[in-house]
Amino acid sequence: MSNYRIQGATGEWEVVIGLEVHAQVTSQSKLFSGAATAFGAEPNSQVSLVDAAMPGMLPVPNAECIRQAVRTGMAIEAQINAWSRFDRKNYFYADLPQGYQISQLYHPIVGEGSLLIEADEKAGIPEDKVIGIERIHVEQDAGKLMHDQHPTMSYVDLNRSGVALMEIVSKPDMRSPAEAGAYLRKLRAILRYVGSCDGNMEEGSMRADVNVSVRKAGEPFGTRTETKNVNSVRFVMQAIEHEAMRQVDVLEAGGTIVQETRLFDPGTGTTRTMRSKEDAHDYRYFPDPDLLPLVLEEDFLAECRASLPELPDAKRKRYVEALGLTPYNARELTAEVETFARFETLLAETAKVTGKGEDAVATQVANWSLSVAPGVMKALGDEADAANATAAAQAGILAMADKGEISGGQAKEIFEIVLKTGRDPAEIAEAEGLKQVSDTGAIEAAVDAIIAANADKVEQYRAGKEALFGFFVGQTMKAMQGKANPGVVNQLLKAKLG
Amino acid sequence: MTDLTSLGVKEIRDGVAKGDFTAREVAEAFNAAVADAAALNAFIVTTPDHALAAADKVDAARASGAELGRMAGVPIGMKDLFATNGVQTTAASHILEGFTPRYESTVSQKLWDAGAGMLGKLNLDQFAMGSSNETSYFGNVSSPWRKTGSNAAMSPGGSSGGSSSAVAARIAPAATGTDTGGSIRQPAAFTGICGIKPTYGRCSRWGIVAFASSLDQAGPMARSVEDCAIMLGAMAGFDPKDSTSLRMDVPDWEAALNADLRGKKVGIPREYRMEGTDQAILDSWEQGKAWLRDAGAEIVDVSLPHTKYALPAYYIVAPAEASSNLARYDGVRYGLRDLPDGSGLQDMYAATRAAGFGDEVKRRILIGTYVLSAGFYDAYYTQAQKVRALVARDFERAFQDCDVILAPTTPTASFPLGSMNEDPLTMYLNDVFAVPASLAGLPAMSVPATINADGLPLGLQLVGRPFDEQGVLNAGLAIQQRAGFTAKPEKWW
Repeated sequence: MSNYRIQGATGEWEVVIGLEVHAQVTSQSKLFSGAATAFGAEPNSQVSLVDAAMPGMLPVPNAECIRQAVRTGMAIEAQINAWSRFDRKNYFYADLPQGYQISQLYHPIVGEGSLLIEADEKAGIPEDKVIGIERIHVEQDAGKLMHDQHPTMSYVDLNRSGVALMEIVSKPDMRSPAEAGAYLRKLRAILRYVGSCDGNMEEGSMRADVNVSVRKAGEPFGTRTETKNVNSVRFVMQAIEHEAMRQVDVLEAGGTIVQETRLFDPGTGTTRTMRSKEDAHDYRYFPDPDLLPLVLEEDFLAECRASLPELPDAKRKRYVEALGLTPYNARELTAEVETFARFETLLAETAKVTGKGEDAVATQVANWSLSVAPGVMKALGDEADAANATAAAQAGILAMADKGEISGGQAKEIFEIVLKTGRDPAEIAEAEGLKQVSDTGAIEAAVDAIIAANADKVEQYRAGKEALFGFFVGQTMKAMQGKANPGVVNQLLKAKLG
Repeated sequence: MTDLTSLGVKEIRDGVAKGDFTAREVAEAFNAAVADAAALNAFIVTTPDHALAAADKVDAARASGAELGRMAGVPIGMKDLFATNGVQTTAASHILEGFTPRYESTVSQKLWDAGAGMLGKLNLDQFAMGSSNETSYFGNVSSPWRKTGSNAAMSPGGSSGGSSSAVAARIAPAATGTDTGGSIRQPAAFTGICGIKPTYGRCSRWGIVAFASSLDQAGPMARSVEDCAIMLGAMAGFDPKDSTSLRMDVPDWEAALNADLRGKKVGIPREYRMEGTDQAILDSWEQGKAWLRDAGAEIVDVSLPHTKYALPAYYIVAPAEASSNLARYDGVRYGLRDLPDGSGLQDMYAATRAAGFGDEVKRRILIGTYVLSAGFYDAYYTQAQKVRALVARDFERAFQDCDVILAPTTPTASFPLGSMNEDPLTMYLNDVFAVPASLAGLPAMSVPATINADGLPLGLQLVGRPFDEQGVLNAGLAIQQRAGFTAKPEKWW
């Protein structure tokens, strides 16, 4: 249970949130035409006769877009509808050449599914929570109006016209901006794992319509508003926060919430009315007579299923159970495709170089990947050449550390030089003297000298002042110029101090 | 030398192949006939150069010994609903006046590939909406036929009225038509020619200006059953660009033509005996039965109980689809744009569409918009779809007892232009016998049967099982052979 509440003058209010996410399907060509879909092309350079709705043109479904929607549905363990149908949503706008959008109202391709958001105390999510997903349907995107090209006229760019979108509709299951944010991040991760959407919110590949209502505890759902086209996780959270507050203010002032469509202003973090229900379009949905019902064969579904990668939840579980990582590390490593890909490559390489099992080196590799390596790279800034951070180089450093040849500090120093120069880690350790001494004889001599020189402290330690152990370690390391293997130092000190 | 314009598709093709005359001579003869027939107003634009170029290609191919296509040397008229590359394509509307596509419809391309040439773009009811060819922005088309003793201009039927007029007047040996709810068969019946609407999906709809997508089907109009079989063979075939296109081989209908109907059963639907049907039409129906019996067929009674609901259902489904299909004509990208001073987008839409569409088109857009509206959708559109399914089931059941259905094509013969404009509903009734086969997507053909007391042609309609164009054509051929329909309109134009 989320404990997120809005404190109003009349008491606490609960926020109810549902998200409709529009995700652009990753595919070479559009949903119903052969035109290309690359971002940032010259205006109207990726427009076929179908996209421009020339007379007599007809849509033909792109199998790859359908496949991606099905795989996405499978990734959220949703009902896949082997029979679905396209409907026309009719309205006039200059960015909509056909005068209708081909969508799926009555029979979507994907039915009910769900998505797990993980507990995150800091963010105010006390426990894992399952968010229901109502449906996923595929539909065409519209073009874009450009208002800054001419003093009195607007221009139309149809490059996006007809690009395939998945509309992923959640149930009203979220209760806080944090949950909505976690849902969006998780959904984005799943889409990127599956490869059905690049999740790039800046380029508009993913955007959300945010449905918000408020209610007192135990009451039925209040009237909701829909804030359209919010294009970042942060903005979605802001929009919810602002909209919920606004609704509470309205209700507590004795007003009523009007069911309406609102716009989010990223500049001010506020929402404002776009159109009310009275101005709402009557979209006159009906089955598109240019298209036959979409029937998915068993073979096709089997191929979709077989092509799914290991998904975030399964991966996270495996990291904890098979690799022995902490739940925190497992979650961090599985959050992004790039992160786990780098981790798994380095893990395999390190296991190979050390000759140990992946489980034996996983924690070391995880710590390195999540904190040590990023820390070094960040500190170096522009001096670092990320291309030098190969898996082989990093595994080389980790293997030396694993064998006790270098200390943690030396590992960082070596990595710094690797990043700057691309030199071989073993060669660096040798040439720069970045190796720690594990030679018991040398360390023993140093330990003996320190015990002899600090008889009083030895006395106190033996009398029970155990905190002094750290002093002896420090002195020994200092005497060894920091290059002694701490394990060996500890071991010898313990033996000699009794 | 024979008058080349009296020849049909088969005679021209075979004559060119044999060397009796050249394709160029044929094209020149028809170009001249077209130029001489402006009074019919059958063409919106003429394209004599297209016909000549195609003819020269055929003559050259023949000279080089190359194999000739199934329409080689035949110049045809192209209904102005088919997009033709570089030639104005208007759907007989103001909103598309001056629109010249840079693409060619699949059907017209197949015809050019088969060796046909184009005489011009044929007039039609605007956006194929009409049954008399009086809704064209480019003026009414006159039938070449006149009532005995009258000079009143008669309707060639619609919407393929330019096609029927041109073929009946012998200014084209054949023409393309499209049929949404009778637009090939009714004009064919009105003008004493043949026309077949194949099974839905036989001919690609790609590049044909859409009226009602789930009903629109292209087909040939010509003066004989054989000519229709030849031309349909050139037009039909699977097209990956049309999702509703049939993924089936095209049979050689011409080669399999056979008027021997022994062992075949011909169904007579009792519900087609409707009030208001001309006695002469009923008589010709009786005559048709006798002809088919004579050809060896057994005549059986069948029932199509939902027939009377077909027309109302059609006038919901077709306008609903049209209201959406015609939304693209908005003045933004092509065609007419009416942008009053200081107006915004909504004003531009309103002005453009008000000026660009004719009354009948507007009427159907309004009907279609209404029946799809929230609160009315189930009562109209959903209900109409149910009726449509029942009409299709009627045919399915009837075809358990017969192979082909014989019915009148229209309840009346042609009427004078301007005589039916009072009430659109009476006009809509013209298609009462044609619409059921359209709703069911079945192949259906009209063949000329006789001349009525006014000297006007009457047609008989044959409806077949899905994909059985052959059965329809064969029964049509049996009627053609026995009807001996040789009447020709007297030239007055």
